[in-house]
Amino acid sequence: MVGITSYGAYIPRYRLSRMAIYMNIGWFNPVTMAVAQGEKAVANYDQDSVTMAVEAGIDCIKGADAASIDKLLVASTTMPYKERQNSAIVAAALNLKSDISSVDVTVGVKAGTTALLEAVDSVKGGSAENALVTSADCRLGKMGSMQEMFFGDGAAALLVGADNVAVEVKDSFSLTYDFADHYRDEDMKFDRTWEERWIRDEGYSKFIPEAVNGLLNKTGLTIGDFAKVIYPCHFGRVHKSIGKKLGVAPERLQPNMYETVGDAGAAHPLLMLVAALEEANPGDKLLLVSFGSGADAICLEVTDAIKGIKDKKGVKGNLEQKTELPSYQKYCVFKDIVPVEMGIRGELEPASAFTSLWRGRKAVLGLVGSKCKDCGTPVFPPQRICPNPDCQAVDNFEDYDFSDKPGKIFTYTGDMLAFSFDPPAVYGIVDYEGGGRQWMDFTDCSLDSIKVGMPVKMSFRRKYVDKVRGVHGYFWKAVPVAG
Amino acid sequence: MADGIKDKVAILGMGCTKFGELWNKSPDDLMVDAFIECLDDAGIEKSEIGAAWYGTCFDEVNVGKSACSMSVALKLPFTPVTRVENFCASGTEAFRGACYAVASGATDIALALGVEKLKDIGYGGLPDFGAAMGTFQRFIFPNATAPGAFAMMATRYFDKYGLDPEEGKQTLAKISVKSHANGAKNPKAHLRREVSVDQVVNAPIIAWPLGLFDCCGVSDGAACAIVTTPEIARSIKKKDPVLVKALQIAVTSGEELMYTEWDGHHVETTTRAAAKAYKEAGIKNPREEISMMELHDCFSITELVTYEDLQISPRGKAKEDIDEGFFELDGRIPSQPDGGLKCFGHPIGASGLRMLYEMYLQLNGNADERQIKDPKIGLTHNLGGFPALSICSVAIVGR
Repeated sequence: MVGITSYGAYIPRYRLSRMAIYMNIGWFNPVTMAVAQGEKAVANYDQDSVTMAVEAGIDCIKGADAASIDKLLVASTTMPYKERQNSAIVAAALNLKSDISSVDVTVGVKAGTTALLEAVDSVKGGSAENALVTSADCRLGKMGSMQEMFFGDGAAALLVGADNVAVEVKDSFSLTYDFADHYRDEDMKFDRTWEERWIRDEGYSKFIPEAVNGLLNKTGLTIGDFAKVIYPCHFGRVHKSIGKKLGVAPERLQPNMYETVGDAGAAHPLLMLVAALEEANPGDKLLLVSFGSGADAICLEVTDAIKGIKDKKGVKGNLEQKTELPSYQKYCVFKDIVPVEMGIRGELEPASAFTSLWRGRKAVLGLVGSKCKDCGTPVFPPQRICPNPDCQAVDNFEDYDFSDKPGKIFTYTGDMLAFSFDPPAVYGIVDYEGGGRQWMDFTDCSLDSIKVGMPVKMSFRRKYVDKVRGVHGYFWKAVPVAG
Repeated sequence: MADGIKDKVAILGMGCTKFGELWNKSPDDLMVDAFIECLDDAGIEKSEIGAAWYGTCFDEVNVGKSACSMSVALKLPFTPVTRVENFCASGTEAFRGACYAVASGATDIALALGVEKLKDIGYGGLPDFGAAMGTFQRFIFPNATAPGAFAMMATRYFDKYGLDPEEGKQTLAKISVKSHANGAKNPKAHLRREVSVDQVVNAPIIAWPLGLFDCCGVSDGAACAIVTTPEIARSIKKKDPVLVKALQIAVTSGEELMYTEWDGHHVETTTRAAAKAYKEAGIKNPREEISMMELHDCFSITELVTYEDLQISPRGKAKEDIDEGFFELDGRIPSQPDGGLKCFGHPIGASGLRMLYEMYLQLNGNADERQIKDPKIGLTHNLGGFPALSICSVAIVGR
């Protein structure tokens, strides 16, 4: 049996009320009022699809043996790099071993389900034992557009294997159509879309039923056999009407998360699946469908092993932990939609030395330090000589992963002189539980909410974007944990 | 066993430009101004200078790399010049090179000059550290500035001694108010305006909890010293010269940040450099024996912890001394009589030598309005880097 052995999710901390969008830019396109319900999840200024794919991946593989993962698939339509494998960055951040195969699955919003099917095929075909699928998207709409309302940011991850399968992947049916409802070419930052009515009527309303019926025909199952039917559609009314047309009982229709997250692109079907799995019982059959240049329909069946998946933050945990993004202007700045005065200090961007990054890749991308085998002192970044003044052992270290170690704030400040997209730049020194100390940036917090001694956890973030040289630089930051 | 350089080196002459936002002065102008004053004061010809040390910090602006910029600006006659850089402690580093050259007998007369032209960068504060930390550190170093790095020490100090931020800021404010009062008396100082505690406390925050008046001036300037042996100094000046009693430097081993024993509310390098300097100078009780000090008050909190690190105030008790006016111009140990980095200004490479310049003026009775009555021993404290990753020089001069 091949299927899902673990799952995880990540939804960024900030939520922007759609009414706040409307109140600021609704004057420009009043029809956006029609879709101004609820809120959308917004990635912080230091997050992108790579960092969110890492966060979901961490949630998914927590408790699993990372060394057993031998394939990584990262699905997104908003990969920061067109050339330089994004999944290789994700693999390094997750501290996966180097003898794995990895692939970026991209360029269409059904990439998430396509990656899942590829993972299943790899395990079935024997080329991989455990394949991690992680998917994230953070698509942009222009100011005043419907897409600005629709799109939210999020990520989901699934571990696929043959042992201890919690959700068997039983069968699938795929469609491929060049349906250009929306597209971006190489140089475009925002999607261009065709008329909405056409997308609703000829796209969602036809492809999803065609894919579902194709799968039902193939498997001999009926729609009533499924405990949950899961498909994305950010048009709420259309989402319901498709279900009705397919004969799905309303309580079996998995909510489209429009009012809590927004359409998270390639990650969205997987995010909805994770939400469904959090409520699923052994024996449940689930029907997962994606949409975009066609559709993938996947038949899933939950096993007893679902009960063994515990301590996941998942969709539920992420939805509970949120902070309102208080201003639309802040959203526009975080998303680099409008230029802000960065000052000369903010514009300075020294070149990234990739030779240096390569030598220090474990430390920079994986937050791996070293631990002295003589005295047990953990240290970051890795050293040749033990910093313990009473030890000073030379070259007697082992790798020590700080990324999963909780810490406490030793000291901190909020710096108005340093350039930040969200001033003041908050940073401080963290003492790790179990030893080790690091001076680092903090994120997802406000200056007035932190104190000396407060617990923190590590989070993989984008440290800088060098626009001149096209470099997206990543490192870890500390996130203060309230309570 | 080496016994240090106590009384082996004399200051023959010194020079210092006015510090400030000197839009119309180039680094060459600043060097020439400081050098000519120094040379006149020393009463020698520049051909008599056997070797020179040159302190500058931010070579990405300022004068660039190598020692050529100084030897060319001053037209030194193919003199050996060494450029040194050790963050904000670069000025004392230059002085150390010159003193060691004389003490070792390698040369009779040596020059130390420090210069920094900060106001060519186009923005406030110091040049961004992004490029200054090396190719690897930039991947992992936080988005920090100097005010933030030192503010973290204030956070720690307040937390340790149970000061609420308002109370802590009041204490820090008194340090800045004192330096502003002194700076107002100094024609060469960058900032010459007296301020009140209320003004300091209510100023805009730069890096919490430090506000604008907790931060020193960012200035252009140059300072220099010519040193020689006490014998030569006596023969030229016909009087007792100011002698170097101790000159010590401590550079972090990295353990403050890499090992978890550092408490974050003191500077370990200051503590260590001071202990070594007192030993070299034969000072048993610094609180009783030191007459005056120029401390590296890049930020008010730095000056506060330095009182304790130098064993002038007991740990946690600096507040009591500050409240009593212990460090004011008419107090027991006047600190920052020239206004300090706070008001005289902080052109990085020049600052360590500027501190010595004030001690030299005071010991020679030439400090005019700021003159301290009959000082015997002066201490300078020049700190580079950040509290968690620092370089500290402590110099003691006197007769």
